[in-house]
Amino acid sequence: MKQVSLKTKKKAAFASEMRKVKKYRALVLMALPGLLYLLINNYLPMFGIVIAFKDINFAKGIMGSDWIGFKNFEYLFKTTDAYIITRNTLLYNITFILLNTGIALALAIMLNEIRKRFLSRLYQTLILLPFLISMVIVGYLVLGFLDVENGFMNKTLLPTMGIDPISWYSETKYWPWILTLVSVWKGVGNLCIIYLAAIIGIDNEYYEAATIDGANRWQQITKITLPLVSPVITIMTLLAIGRIFYSDFGLFFQVPLNTGALMPVTNTIDTYVYRALINLGDIGMSSAAGLYQAFVGFILVILSNAVVRKYNKDNALF
Amino acid sequence: MQASGKLYQWIINIVMLVFTFFCIMPFWLLFSASLTDDMELVRSGYAFFPDKISFSAYHYLWNSSSDIIRAYSITVLTTIIGTTLGLTLTAMVAYPLSRLEMPFRNTLAFYVFFTMLFNGGLVPTYLLYTNYFDLKNTMLALIIPGLLMNGFFIILMRTFFASSIPTAIIESAYIDGAREWKIFYRIVLPLSTPVLATVGLFYTILYWNDWFNGLIYLTDSHYYSLQNLLNRILLDVQFLQSSTQAGSRNADIGANIPLAPMRMAMAAIGVIPLLIAYPFFQKYFVKGLTIGAVKG
Repeated sequence: MKQVSLKTKKKAAFASEMRKVKKYRALVLMALPGLLYLLINNYLPMFGIVIAFKDINFAKGIMGSDWIGFKNFEYLFKTTDAYIITRNTLLYNITFILLNTGIALALAIMLNEIRKRFLSRLYQTLILLPFLISMVIVGYLVLGFLDVENGFMNKTLLPTMGIDPISWYSETKYWPWILTLVSVWKGVGNLCIIYLAAIIGIDNEYYEAATIDGANRWQQITKITLPLVSPVITIMTLLAIGRIFYSDFGLFFQVPLNTGALMPVTNTIDTYVYRALINLGDIGMSSAAGLYQAFVGFILVILSNAVVRKYNKDNALF
Repeated sequence: MQASGKLYQWIINIVMLVFTFFCIMPFWLLFSASLTDDMELVRSGYAFFPDKISFSAYHYLWNSSSDIIRAYSITVLTTIIGTTLGLTLTAMVAYPLSRLEMPFRNTLAFYVFFTMLFNGGLVPTYLLYTNYFDLKNTMLALIIPGLLMNGFFIILMRTFFASSIPTAIIESAYIDGAREWKIFYRIVLPLSTPVLATVGLFYTILYWNDWFNGLIYLTDSHYYSLQNLLNRILLDVQFLQSSTQAGSRNADIGANIPLAPMRMAMAAIGVIPLLIAYPFFQKYFVKGLTIGAVKG
């Protein structure tokens, strides 16, 4: 009985929305082109995930190709690549999330403490610069330091310290450090501004009350600032966790100059999918890796959001 | 108290100075490297303070620049078209979604939001745009795939429209006889310049810096944007040599090209416009990042 009434309720709601479509058709028409673009650019490829379960044969077309079940995944997970790219993607991202959040917060708190507004503005402008340039340019900047023949490290810094030149682009052991440094350099400014905005938004009365109660700077930061910006930290971290199976393609492809020797420490799921598709033309393997990435990423957003919801509904993403 | 306060300010300023120094140092190295004399560079490498300054790299770029000029114009063109089109489409979706009267409002809002959670990935997208839409090796490939609109911008703009445009204005315009489209472009858009400027800047940066679409959809260098050209030169020195030799049409000149400084000079002309424009729009950019922090 109850279910029937729910159904009729839903039907009635739908009918009333349909009546609104007629009345507000101008609004619907306005939104249509953009919604259509999302359909093509974002939704149609979602159906394309069937490719991962097929043996693609272009003569038969994508829909006409034979189903092969999980064979593509079996091939993928039998290779050592699967382990390496998963490990790299996860470890780098965890490091980036922790470091970038910590450094950005520290910088934001410091920027907020600076009394000279002019200096604070100047610092903000300069730390945001790296965020604005493309990874291609970043690749050039890194090359300026690490170029084996002409680079600043090999020609100037290492000789003055009495160390032999290092062939940076063929030694894997340095790259986890280099990539982490580049990620912090490029990303921290953006995150810092967001946290700074949250900190500036905090009502001054909290600090005044705390000062009267005798709280020192450090206590004010840990007892007022951090708790009050924690919603923003949670949201930014949630978004980052949702993207933990994705990596910045440019960072892992451009910055190491697509060097084969470095792949054990620079290959991530994104660069793997790209190489399997463009260089090898292996559609099966690359779409299996792509689906693995999208699916696990999706599960991770849902899970982490559910966890946050459980503790504090307001901090959740949805 | 006063003295410790001063010391405290000093410490913070020193930490910030060190950090900002590291932020701009690589740019400095890039510019000084591009200005280093070729022979000097072979001897002492890229340096912050070159002993011998030379403009020869820029001179060569200027003389053999047909590739560069074409790439530059393609970048400017795609940036203008992409930004205008993307901004228009985004506003046209965001505004109706901000109106309470919009039919299927919540469903459509979720339709937009879901694109931020899940995607089909590179392979289906690539096959869609190459096999079904035939965008490979066209200029549209630099404009349409991925960049034209995204859920984040829509939500950012919708939040602005919903919170900053009073419904009373819309209602009174409606009573005065204005219809939806007119309300949109005569009332809502003029009142929304801050968010339009912000999202417009995001788009400009996005298109100006994009190299990924070019990397996957272009095999023919004819439609290379500046970033694609830079990318190719970065990954492939031979390409620089061959394209400059073809450009100067003179083997004698080709042999003496200052390749290493020239590489850096190429990158420099890729960032200079951005660095010049940045101080003027920095205010909007920071505002945009700040709005982005607010939950949609």
